Amino acid sequence: MHFEPHALQGQAQHFMPKNLQAIVDKAQGAITSGAIDASDGVARRTFLKVSAASGFALGAFPLVSAAQGAAAAAPAGLKPHEQPSAFVRIDADGTVTVTINRLDFGQGVQTGLPMILAEELDADWSKVRSVHGDANPAYADPAFGMHLTGGSNSIKHSYTQYRELGARTRAMLVGAAAAQWGVDASALRTSNGFVVGPGGKKLGYGALAEAAMKQPVPEKVTLKDPKQFRLIGKPTGRLDAKAKSSGQQDYGIDVRLPGMLTAVVARPPVFGGKVKSLDDSAAKAIKGVKAVLRVPTDRGGEGIAIVADGYWPAKQGRDALKVKWDTSAVTKPDTTALLAQYRELAAKPGNVAMQADMAPLAGAPHKISAEFVFPYLAHAPMEPLNCTVKLDRDKAELWMGTQMPGLDAMAAAKTLGLQPQNVKVNTQMAGGGFGRRAIPTSDYVVEACGIAKAARTAGITAPVRTLWSREDDIKGGYYRPMHVHRAEIGFDAKGKILAWDHTIVGQSITKGSPFEAFMIKNGIDATAIEGMKEPYDVPMKLSVHHPDVNVPVLWWRSVGSTHTAYAMETLIDEVARTTKQDPVAYRLALMGDKHPRHKAALQLAVAQSGYGKKKLAAGRAWGVAVHESFESVVAYVVEASVKDGTPKLHSITAGVHCNLVVNPKSVEAQVQGAALMGLGTCLPGAAITLKDGVVEQSNFGDYAVPRITDMPQVTVHIVPSADPPKGMGEPGLPPLAPAFANAIAQITGKTPRELPLKLA
Amino acid sequence: MPTLNINGKDTAVDADESTPILWALRDTLGMTGTKFGCGQALCGACTVHLNGAPVRSCITPISAAAGQKITTIEAIAADDKVGKAVHAAWVKHDVAQCGYCQSGQIMSATALLKGKKKPTDADIDAAMAGNVCRCGTYVRIRAAIHDAAKTLA
Repeated sequence: MHFEPHALQGQAQHFMPKNLQAIVDKAQGAITSGAIDASDGVARRTFLKVSAASGFALGAFPLVSAAQGAAAAAPAGLKPHEQPSAFVRIDADGTVTVTINRLDFGQGVQTGLPMILAEELDADWSKVRSVHGDANPAYADPAFGMHLTGGSNSIKHSYTQYRELGARTRAMLVGAAAAQWGVDASALRTSNGFVVGPGGKKLGYGALAEAAMKQPVPEKVTLKDPKQFRLIGKPTGRLDAKAKSSGQQDYGIDVRLPGMLTAVVARPPVFGGKVKSLDDSAAKAIKGVKAVLRVPTDRGGEGIAIVADGYWPAKQGRDALKVKWDTSAVTKPDTTALLAQYRELAAKPGNVAMQADMAPLAGAPHKISAEFVFPYLAHAPMEPLNCTVKLDRDKAELWMGTQMPGLDAMAAAKTLGLQPQNVKVNTQMAGGGFGRRAIPTSDYVVEACGIAKAARTAGITAPVRTLWSREDDIKGGYYRPMHVHRAEIGFDAKGKILAWDHTIVGQSITKGSPFEAFMIKNGIDATAIEGMKEPYDVPMKLSVHHPDVNVPVLWWRSVGSTHTAYAMETLIDEVARTTKQDPVAYRLALMGDKHPRHKAALQLAVAQSGYGKKKLAAGRAWGVAVHESFESVVAYVVEASVKDGTPKLHSITAGVHCNLVVNPKSVEAQVQGAALMGLGTCLPGAAITLKDGVVEQSNFGDYAVPRITDMPQVTVHIVPSADPPKGMGEPGLPPLAPAFANAIAQITGKTPRELPLKLA
Repeated sequence: MPTLNINGKDTAVDADESTPILWALRDTLGMTGTKFGCGQALCGACTVHLNGAPVRSCITPISAAAGQKITTIEAIAADDKVGKAVHAAWVKHDVAQCGYCQSGQIMSATALLKGKKKPTDADIDAAMAGNVCRCGTYVRIRAAIHDAAKTLA
């Protein structure tokens, strides 16, 4: 997801959190002091009280009461997210546990954020652990003021926050040692988990922790000169590598509570459909089935939940249901008809996002007229969606992997008819997400709460885990929206672009959500056009149509850039090819002097790949693309071939500019994975289609995802930089498909205009 | 009540005989290291060994495992010579990202190395093609398998 200031055209970043805050509050009826914000002094005290009452590890060091004392001594200016007590726990044996304020679902913040804190703390890295935070206000994204993992923002928004948290904790440990030794704190230094004093005497952080809690929490701290960094920038293995390589890592799906039951839901075949008639006699006869419940489903629909003592009986129960569905009140989209409708729309005037003089188009010496088609895509994270709800009379506790626990907690409270402060969300490690666990409607959470509520009404007091099958996931909506792009480009013999008339047709992702008010301007959803035009200074008119379609849509890793990068980078390449120019040289010339990061990334990929120097194997061609998303730039130079009409990608060389790198291993893994996911959008079967309102795909057999046999060689090179870090969860995805397509066009002379790739 | 031999121990399982091994492990016995991914043997997340051979536990009923030896990730990474080498290589190469598919990947990789001491890239691709990883850790999976093979040689 992407909430970047530059996409908002003129809205300054510092306005965004408050705007977002107000919108979310309004939409969800939130109690500001409880669920989202607690930045004033009163709320800070509330936070401490709530934390203690809920048994939350107040961090801080070993003793809860003392920790409260320590926090009470904190300057009033410190906000909850600036308090070490909520983020650092030091045990007597020196183990440092860092709470992370984001969901880790593979991107590595579970290791990256602790690295940042441990750097300033001078911790012994071998003793550092990490845990997920919950929906406590302290764990809101400090820039957005809400709980949010997305937009490749974790490191970007929490780099300074975690450095300061580490430095504050360090200062308290030093203060404790100074008091114990009766020396001035300035005479002390820290090293690898110890405070070192005059004559080389040492005290471990574990031994100092309790005394350190009684030290005042400093408001202002001096951070290290980056030249002193010993952890930040060092390739570092994941803290969870052992657990994840031995079956010991628990995810949301692995939560086990005493007496817990499992629910599987029969959902209407068309989004928003309802139950017309139900015969559940066979389902109820299955051993282990406890209840068959009619429950609300997403978009005003109705489904049937089978609650059983395990997934298998629940699924068998579902298979045994005889249901007739009523879909008379909802529209039944058909992707073939939609495509025809989108094509028509693309030729009509839409809302104008960018304006330029299109008069030169008519008389241009060269023209490209192009239409692109991008399908709906499912996220299909490996861990199927799930949410466990323990509902008591006046309170509830939830367990699930989620990118927005605060919003989910409020939606749960609303569904359950509880006060938001009586709903506790336990964020669990998630088996992937790619956007599917950041739902403005909280669909899978609301549904699970509806089931828990119906179960309680039916006399079931046990906790209920609602678990989706893979079929439920593939058919369950919230797809990357289908898009049609249309472009008319006029240019001269030297490749100078005289006019570029571009139209995008696709559903708005944020319409109707709490994000609409600041993401949609003049009828244009910023997430649909991000990635257009930049970094090329061309006269572009950009029009947008957002048709309403009865298909739930959502951000999908790298969001708008999943399609805009493809259109932009294949078209730029085509202009270069048509005017017989080298595509790298042409891009560099078009960028001028305004885009040094793009240039550096592209030039690094070019140099490392051997582009233009190395002799390619017979039948292979180079393909190039560069794209900025979420403020990071990735350039790819790829080698590909086409055999019997089937394209193959052999190797990928990446040039990355994400400013300062916290963990190079993490960046490398993110680029490898994002490149493969980008390649996945090119492969046969990477499309969700609907016929008469029903999704036609159901599992990995007919919705194809890339496998090891698709994985090319990937080498990742990072441009050195000391500038404040940006994110890398998404930016590796967008330029891959166009780089591949450009290589194919070098071979066939024709740019593929449809994903998954269709070589006409 | 059916009895299964799991990780060398005979274990009574209070579940219907048609129950897939996956759900007997996860829901009945609380052994959650083996993961649910697709339910149709299409992704490999649920891979266990049946008499040493990799099987997809999501479609294999417990009736098919009677009298045979089931090995799961919990034992393979802790007690098995080849499995331990694979585990160590996985950690060394930092293979996992979200990690959800890795139990299955490790089970398939271990079975491969038990049958082929020095697999080529093509052998690895053939043996691992049934295991999906959405994070795209395949480059490191290949490297880790080669590395584990070296350690075991």
